[in-house]
Amino acid sequence: MKSNPHDATGPHAVSRRTFLKTFGTSAVTAATLGANNVARGLAQANAERSQGPGAVGVTLRVNGESRTFSIEPRVTLLEVLRANAGLTGAKEACDRGTCGACTVLVNDTPVYACSLLAIEAQGADITTIEGVARDGKLTALQQAMVDRDGLQCGYCSPGMVMVLTALLRKNPHPSEAQVRRAIAGNLCRCGSYPRIFAATLAASGQKPVTKLNVISLHDHAVA
Amino acid sequence: MPWPKATRYLGKETPRVDGPAKVTGRAKFTSDVAPAGVLHGAIFRSKWAAARVKSVNLEKAKAAPGIKAAILAHEGEFDVRYYGDEIAAIAGTSKQAVLDALALIEVSAEPKDFVVKELDAVKTDSPRVAAGNANLTEGAAKATGDVEAAFAAATAIAETTVSTPTQVHHPMESHGHTVQWDGDEMTAWSSTQGVFACRDIFAKSMNVAQNKVHVICEHMGGGFGSKFSPGVEGALCARLAQAAGVPVKLMLTRFEQGLAVGNRPSSFQKLKLGAASDGTLTAFEIYSIGTPGYSSGANQGGGSGGASFPAPYIYKPAATRVKQGSVAVNAGQSCAFRAPGHPTASAGMEAVLDDLAAKLGMDPVEIRLKNDPNEIRRREYVIGAEKFGWKEKFKKPGASTGPVKMGVGCAGAAWMSGGRGTQAEIQVNADGTVEVRVGTQDLGTGSRTVVQVVAAELLGLDRDRITAHIGDSRLPPSGSSGGSATTASVSPAIFDACENVIAELKKLSGLDDPRGANWKVACAMIGAAPLQVRGKWREGLSTGGAGGVQFAEVAVDTETGFVAVKKILVVQDCGLVVNRLTCESQINGGVIGGLGYALYEQRVMDARTGFVLNPTLENYKMPGAADMPDIEILLIDMPERGVIGVGEPCTVPTASAIANAVANALGVRVPDLPITPDRVLAALGKVPKETATTMAERSREVESAFASVAAAPGAPWVDGNSGCHPYT
Repeated sequence: MKSNPHDATGPHAVSRRTFLKTFGTSAVTAATLGANNVARGLAQANAERSQGPGAVGVTLRVNGESRTFSIEPRVTLLEVLRANAGLTGAKEACDRGTCGACTVLVNDTPVYACSLLAIEAQGADITTIEGVARDGKLTALQQAMVDRDGLQCGYCSPGMVMVLTALLRKNPHPSEAQVRRAIAGNLCRCGSYPRIFAATLAASGQKPVTKLNVISLHDHAVA
Repeated sequence: MPWPKATRYLGKETPRVDGPAKVTGRAKFTSDVAPAGVLHGAIFRSKWAAARVKSVNLEKAKAAPGIKAAILAHEGEFDVRYYGDEIAAIAGTSKQAVLDALALIEVSAEPKDFVVKELDAVKTDSPRVAAGNANLTEGAAKATGDVEAAFAAATAIAETTVSTPTQVHHPMESHGHTVQWDGDEMTAWSSTQGVFACRDIFAKSMNVAQNKVHVICEHMGGGFGSKFSPGVEGALCARLAQAAGVPVKLMLTRFEQGLAVGNRPSSFQKLKLGAASDGTLTAFEIYSIGTPGYSSGANQGGGSGGASFPAPYIYKPAATRVKQGSVAVNAGQSCAFRAPGHPTASAGMEAVLDDLAAKLGMDPVEIRLKNDPNEIRRREYVIGAEKFGWKEKFKKPGASTGPVKMGVGCAGAAWMSGGRGTQAEIQVNADGTVEVRVGTQDLGTGSRTVVQVVAAELLGLDRDRITAHIGDSRLPPSGSSGGSATTASVSPAIFDACENVIAELKKLSGLDDPRGANWKVACAMIGAAPLQVRGKWREGLSTGGAGGVQFAEVAVDTETGFVAVKKILVVQDCGLVVNRLTCESQINGGVIGGLGYALYEQRVMDARTGFVLNPTLENYKMPGAADMPDIEILLIDMPERGVIGVGEPCTVPTASAIANAVANALGVRVPDLPITPDRVLAALGKVPKETATTMAERSREVESAFASVAAAPGAPWVDGNSGCHPYT
């Protein structure tokens, strides 16, 4: 992003930075510029760094691969991934940063892809659910999610896997409380949370307590 | 039941077959499907709770950049009946183009008076939701025995008033479809609980032959009863695709989910229960009202059974009087929601039963053992009480000391379930691999895995030799996934098909038993054309009628009003357990859904604007990871009963058990679900005076509403369960 005060031209020209600096420190200066000049100055200053509203080229590094998309700057990372990049693993469920179904890793940190503009994700390393399993082999977490049934409809699963992958990278042996905290921002409507806790503990080599017992009714008489 | 006794898969833990696809992002859900050139579709909805729409101008929207189709939901003038009612729909080349163009739609409308609260809507001077009709539709009183005499003779009588919220489904994947036309043939990728139901409804609404409609649902992100029909959004999507001449995807936003596509009806219940000195229930009376949305009672528009529910629930006092009403309000219509009517019915009945037990000085488990007519459920209470440590944990209501009070409660479920007509086709290839085809769908219940393991068990094969094809209306027919009927419908059909496969292979190979070591030899004789065999659902392999009881332990902070559920113990029968792993997951899900109903979930309407105040997930509170209690499940294995579905009974008693545990902790009942901290404090008399006055006012309103139900002459009885399940 370019912001060079010397690029400003014209008798009353101000750069964005000098404009903000002067405007912020001296009301007198602002007044002497005159209302028209203020507006012009601001528009010009913004124009230096603003892009759009039409489509612009946005280059994203997703799962190790750089690709350029022609999109409007208002488009979210989630939408580019799903609609432009064909990576539909990240799911749209709330589109406003509440449910976590769209979680991806941005420089190894879990981020709601619905709440980040694609243009702002340039230069970062983005990992989606499609980039987690290497060479078609499930990670220990993914395998545990399958074996322990840490999913039902599976719509929240990509987001859950992303968050928990990040957790296990930082903390290979989390407690159940830490697992709960990690997915506090991810909703599952089918109610798979207990199994997700168990899967994460199992993936980290810990033994979750099984709660399921199958018994025969005939072994029990009515009191 | 002819199911095998020694099993390799049945009753064991089998990870779901589509698990790997779902945890890697490979699974293509309905919302992921994107045929070449697909357009983004969206619906323009009413901002009025009630209005007469005179005209809608789509010209500017049509002319907007990227817009390829714009259509009206209705021709001519029409009424909108709730905030969110459909007015028009557009499709364009990008979401951004569509968002811009939605703002260009012009509507000329005359706003009308509206009413969004049940207790306002029953008043005689309330605005009418449907012109010319009273908002309140009552069922005729249903009575057995001499109720007055029975109450007069009762040793103890409990009177309880409870209310339950309008609960919204909010599946993680929203409602929606992608529709593509090829001449007069349409293909719909639908997020649905019934591919055949969708096909038939599409055929009707689009006026095309059923054999020209193809519905596909490979993976879908939950339904909970709200996705039986393609809905208004399905018809609009199909029309947009027709108008545009290219495929259109129309997935609703979360905001729309909160307004328009179904909910569980609310209830206000006034219950009275009497018992003899030994605890035998002798007399019961209930008045109830609730809202199923803008269309109520005889004016049903949304496929629900109104706001009525089974009463008396589970228990059978000799003398009963039941009168239930549905009241229309200007809000989104209800539809089937996991165990329709039952959690609502349970919330009232189990509450008044516990209040009565307290009056009699009886233990809640004892009074249930005394009165529950179902032997299996009685045994479940005994088993559960022992496992839960009920005797040690149960104290008299309010006996818990200190600012954080502990309490325990229990409740039961009754669900009819049962299986019905499904067909399955099995193809055996010459290399010994098998393809099973059945037109059911997997809502997350694991039905795809059920298809695979039942075939693997009966054909004696490793399950990875079997591919299950489901979720397509061109497969052999199966019903919608509702009423906990899928496993009990699908498994017998596959059983039957497997028997036919074995018979055919016997004939073909001359072998006594073509399974096991003989399988390869027998299959090698099949030749170039694979063997295809059909099977049908038949009697004797599945039954209906699941019970189940649950125990809850809670800690209630009497200073903050916060309720923490510590433990839920589930004792659940479901006949023959097909897959223990997915069965337990479903029960977890039922419990967690019930937890939301008990403590967090409610649609909040604004009386002044008619808006839904919490249509999104940040303010419609669903249970999250931090809210999880310790859930322990005891599955009662009864293979002799055959397959019985479990998805619904397991959600019925959770909220009641929690509410009873809270009442046990506090010594006073919090009468309204969800049991939010403010309501706990109000029940404890800890709220400021002003709020107390408001509560008294509200309580008068509730009473007058019941009085209007009681006084109304009544229309023909509407059964609490009729029409709740749009089975095909």
